[in-house]
Amino acid sequence: MPKPKTDQQTLLAAAVAVPLIIIFTSQLLDMSMGMALILGVLILLRLLYADDRRVTIAVMVGILIWAVYLPLAHEENSEFLGIAVLILAYSVMALGLNIIVGYAGLLDLGYVAFFALGALTAGWFMSGFYAEAGKGGDGISFLVSDPAASLPGIHLNFVIVAILAIIICAIAGMLIGLPTLRLRGDYIAIVTLAFGEIIGRIVINGDELHYKDVPLLGGPLEDLFGTGANFSAGRQGITPIDKIDFPGIEPFKSLDLRPWFWTALVLVLIVLFVNYRLRDSRLGRAWIALREDEVAAASMGVPLVKTKLLAYATGAAFGGMAGVFLASLLNTVNADQFQFFFSIFILAMVILGGLGSIEGVLVGAATLVYINFKFIPDANAKPREWFNLDLDLSELSSAIYGFLLVMMMILRPEGLLPERRRKLELAEHVGVGATTGVGGPDTEVYEARA
Amino acid sequence: MEASTEAARGPVRGNTWDRVQKYIGQYGLIAVLLIMPVAFGLHDLATDGNLTRLGNNLVAGLSNGAIWALIALGYTLVYGIIELINFAHGEVFMIGSLVTAAWFWGVIGLTEETAILGLVLGLLASLIVAMLTSGTLNVMIERVAYRPLRTAPKLAPLITAVGMSFILQNVGILWIGGSQEGVAQLVNPQKQLFEIGGVVVHQGDVLAIGVTIPLVLLLTSFINQSRMGRAMRATAQDPEAARLMGINVDTTISLTFLAGGLMAGAAGLVYALYQTTIWYFQGFQAGLIAFTAAVMGGIGNLQGAVLGGFIIGIIQQTSDNRIGGEWTPAIVFAYLVLIMVFRPQGLLGEETREAG
Repeated sequence: MPKPKTDQQTLLAAAVAVPLIIIFTSQLLDMSMGMALILGVLILLRLLYADDRRVTIAVMVGILIWAVYLPLAHEENSEFLGIAVLILAYSVMALGLNIIVGYAGLLDLGYVAFFALGALTAGWFMSGFYAEAGKGGDGISFLVSDPAASLPGIHLNFVIVAILAIIICAIAGMLIGLPTLRLRGDYIAIVTLAFGEIIGRIVINGDELHYKDVPLLGGPLEDLFGTGANFSAGRQGITPIDKIDFPGIEPFKSLDLRPWFWTALVLVLIVLFVNYRLRDSRLGRAWIALREDEVAAASMGVPLVKTKLLAYATGAAFGGMAGVFLASLLNTVNADQFQFFFSIFILAMVILGGLGSIEGVLVGAATLVYINFKFIPDANAKPREWFNLDLDLSELSSAIYGFLLVMMMILRPEGLLPERRRKLELAEHVGVGATTGVGGPDTEVYEARA
Repeated sequence: MEASTEAARGPVRGNTWDRVQKYIGQYGLIAVLLIMPVAFGLHDLATDGNLTRLGNNLVAGLSNGAIWALIALGYTLVYGIIELINFAHGEVFMIGSLVTAAWFWGVIGLTEETAILGLVLGLLASLIVAMLTSGTLNVMIERVAYRPLRTAPKLAPLITAVGMSFILQNVGILWIGGSQEGVAQLVNPQKQLFEIGGVVVHQGDVLAIGVTIPLVLLLTSFINQSRMGRAMRATAQDPEAARLMGINVDTTISLTFLAGGLMAGAAGLVYALYQTTIWYFQGFQAGLIAFTAAVMGGIGNLQGAVLGGFIIGIIQQTSDNRIGGEWTPAIVFAYLVLIMVFRPQGLLGEETREAG
């Protein structure tokens, strides 16, 4: 039986963090009390047995089972599940951006481009947008059931669209990466920002772009998408988008959030797997080398072009995947979503959670989604309920959001759960054991190397 | 830095490719910058037989660009000294507009009927008020949101900057509401002042350029010649060494934010006079454009920021007039990407400087 850690820092972290998590999730997030307690116990074990690989794996399996069971403990249409699904979907985005910014150290301010392209892919292939498509305008459908299959437009299965989005975004990511190859630091940030704005603009004005005007490919494209087809529906937006639909089961319903939760969970698990595996792979180590010192990495034989482009492509692919999911969940592809603010929102999740730290990014995504979609709306109602205040806070929502961002960064400049390697760099004189109670076998591999 | 990236590109390629690359590096940028004026100039010559329309685009572009140039100076100063993209800077500019148009003009009773002498004096007072407010605000932002993070990871202040920008936008909403507000047309910016060969110059154009040029000259001479300006340049180059030389780094950084804020405040007043509308969200778009201008010119370089501001103003006006306003942001950013491809360090940026 492994011994629990008993140093002061760990005990303090456990004593503060675990009750806070239980209170927070059950009272503010409306998670059921039983599920909140189980989560608390699992995190307690994680904190106390951080050194023991077997316990950590057991805790991870426990969290996975807990997460799979979570929707069953709540009403199928509860507000909590709505937030939980959003947290998962945004986690996919944040983990994707984490590869670009956290691992490879390429500051990307235009991540919204990949959300836009992913959502637009869903708009093209999962809706009635191309009403003239198919023979005689009957529509094209593949591996989807009624009612979508019998409607005009192109209706493909969610998995196929997700794969298409991944391919489109990976290519777009590489194209965006190309001009940044000669750039450094914040110049990369501004070029990615520029691409984010350009792609957002193209989607917003896409109703002016007709496929028939495309040189050479115009004819075939029009045959495929129908006569007079546009690139996008512009400001009007494309709606409705097909619900996710797997062969053999009914299409998802917007009022039953459980299947959405499980699908999002699978997406998160895929991204987590890729994140963990890539981080310790040759490529992942090349990214980290690049982040630490580009010149040194290049002289050690790291191929800069390939490594950078792969970082962009991988991060972009996840953004596109989440984009398809969100489009189907929100039932719309609305050009007004594709604003610079969205890039900042995702980037804030990564930085707030801790650059390069997978657990941190998950926590960051959960925190910001909670603040944005629950805390700020609640801030108008709850305090008045509690303290009988006669005060309208709705006019202060963005100030509250801004204030929270500033406070969180000032209190935890290195992020909520910083990556160990980064933490070591920041405070080289502090011993490893004393730095944090949180950390697993996967981070310990780094300690040995660092 | 250049040498190392050369080395990183692997074995030296054929001679021809090298020559092509060198050629593109030298002349590609000029070609990119000239695409739009030359294309539309030829178009004008073919259709109207003269260049009046292009000339009008240029004049309107320059006066618009003057506002971006003033804001871009703040970005470039701050970036030069602490390598931070000050996302709250656009909001500092917005507050400069609001404090004069929504408050100060009412206090001193400045209206469209005010006589010319009162108007000039009132506008001078407004300029001072706008500049001081924005300057002080910028210094306070640095104190609250950036100074505590001086030793933190590089990206942490970026998020506090975004946070401050949200807070200031909210101040704007509380102040004038969520919609665009018209303000008193004190200088009648669209009134024709004179005409040279068919090119019309409006009052607003003269105002914008007339405020910008002296301020830029003042700022440049302050930074290049004064003792404090030298301290700023030294801190930008190496804060640690500057500290060892007896420079108070904190004061110098505050001074940099003050200078940037002063320029943003002036831009805010000019914007309110020129556009005759104010909006809580005006700073966001302006900030994005001005930051692009700063990068285009070579971030950290004052002349570059001004040049970038003018270039972007001209691109915007030409595109608004010829292609359609809804595509303007895409065209501005496409230009930025092209310039970055041909000159990664920006138009006037120094080649040797480590940019990140």
